[in-house]
Amino acid sequence: MKRGSQVVTKPNKTAHHREKKLFGTGILYLLPALILLGVFLFYPIFRTLYFSFFELSGGGVVEGFIGWAHYADLIQSSEFRKSMVATLLFVLYTVPAEIIIALFLALLANEKLRGIGFFRTIFASTLGVSIAAGASIFLFLFHPSLGVLNNMLEVFGINGVDWLTNSRWALVSVAITTVWMHLGINFIILLGGLQNISRELYESADIDGAGYWSKLFKITIPLLSPVLFFVLIIAVIGSFQTFGQIDLLTGGGPAGATNIIVYSIYQEAFSYGNFGYASAQAIILFLIILIVTIFQFKYGEKKVHYQ
Amino acid sequence: MMKKVLLYTLLFFSALVLFFPLLYAVSASFMQPQDIYAGNLLPSSLSSINFDAYRDVFNRIPLFHYLTVSFTMSSIVMIGQLIVCSLSAYAFAFIPFKGRDLIFFIFLATMLIPWEATVIPNFLTILNLEWLNTYQGLTFPFFALPFGIFLLRQHFLTIPKELWESAQMDGCSRFRYYLRFVLPLSKTSLSALGIYGFLTTWNQYLWPLLVTNEDSVRPVQIGLKMLIANESSSSWNMVMAAVVAILIPTLLILFVGLKYIREGLTAGALKG
Repeated sequence: MKRGSQVVTKPNKTAHHREKKLFGTGILYLLPALILLGVFLFYPIFRTLYFSFFELSGGGVVEGFIGWAHYADLIQSSEFRKSMVATLLFVLYTVPAEIIIALFLALLANEKLRGIGFFRTIFASTLGVSIAAGASIFLFLFHPSLGVLNNMLEVFGINGVDWLTNSRWALVSVAITTVWMHLGINFIILLGGLQNISRELYESADIDGAGYWSKLFKITIPLLSPVLFFVLIIAVIGSFQTFGQIDLLTGGGPAGATNIIVYSIYQEAFSYGNFGYASAQAIILFLIILIVTIFQFKYGEKKVHYQ
Repeated sequence: MMKKVLLYTLLFFSALVLFFPLLYAVSASFMQPQDIYAGNLLPSSLSSINFDAYRDVFNRIPLFHYLTVSFTMSSIVMIGQLIVCSLSAYAFAFIPFKGRDLIFFIFLATMLIPWEATVIPNFLTILNLEWLNTYQGLTFPFFALPFGIFLLRQHFLTIPKELWESAQMDGCSRFRYYLRFVLPLSKTSLSALGIYGFLTTWNQYLWPLLVTNEDSVRPVQIGLKMLIANESSSSWNMVMAAVVAILIPTLLILFVGLKYIREGLTAGALKG
């Protein structure tokens, strides 16, 4: 920067004045973001923490300090324990499947073939499918008697599955829907990563006579690891935040089998009016995401190979 | 040659499986109810194809109005994000003021706050501002997107510093430089963020569910929820017609903007 280049000999006061002016200008440009983040992100996260220690009326009016009571209730609540188990299972069902399938699609779509653009568009298409639309289609596919899935199973002589009403299948069904809906974005990011890998590396590997799999595991995956790492983080966080599919497909049921944490927060706060108790759950959600992300950066980062 | 056949087979098979739910939704929207009850994949004959579901759904619920609401809401958020995020990114990339790195770090750290963890106080804020059932309530909370600021800053940093120096010599002010040089040079990133912002807003579900309870500002996602609650037992062809109608705008935007999204988002992910 040019700052101060002509004023070297002038007294400190001018430099100080310039600093101040520069600071003012910088803050001026940041002002809209600072105000909005302040009102809709900083203030509410502290407010949520505050609420979690208070009893609140249904209208959100603070009635009295109760300390850790909400947290103590959560630990003892079998419903909340069930919700945490469902949340973790949901992450396990969705994240690995999402990444492996998206990687498979990205590897296919990275081949230089005629008409590949068409396939890339199809593979990315779920990014343009809203949660409500996608969930509505799957609600229909999972329908016990009209649904195509059960009709197809019948062709093979398998009895229909109660996809959404059986507590063993409901979470799997929601997970299938979620994996399908997240494939688009993961595919796009992974394909972008693959296209950034220099072709020369493969050419020299070809000269050495390396086969497809050895190229995949020795060149592609290591060089793709920063992108895989990025996709992993957004996939885990995305799974923890799932709401719309649950609301449309199962409403948290049957018997709480799909009542994963964000849905539980929504129910407690907006169906039962327990704002304080729901805030304590929201703080737990925040802590989980914080810990997962820090953990991934601390331990995942080391295994990541940067070009 | 064998490799090509294998690749095309895998490509076709994957595309078919992935696209099946969408194709089936289209097919079911043209079916007679009896074909749906029979579990057919396609309308049983050419003459049984019917468009009644589309006519019925637009008559039964104000679907066109919901689409307009979604379009307005998403456009407002998109424009708001582009303005707020690009101004912040400009400050972070081009104005070397004291404390800049600290503020940038705090902005980045906010990406760790799941939006759902703040939804209760945010709802109360909108309630106290009497912004329920308004476009302000639906859109204002999403203008300052830390991810968007980060994405644009990464791109702004690639613009050579010499450009600012020479513009300054010609008497160009900071704001003019932002408008005349930085924004036009960042079309790809701005388009990526714009498309991303539009699509994610269009897809919002929880927030509109909380802050709207009137048709006047109800977006399609919530309209669809109401339709399912009322009609799913009887008229699946109508529900699928509604699904197809609300999918067309976003799929079109995605297909047109895919190139920008890929270049813009991966640039942010890789250089991060």
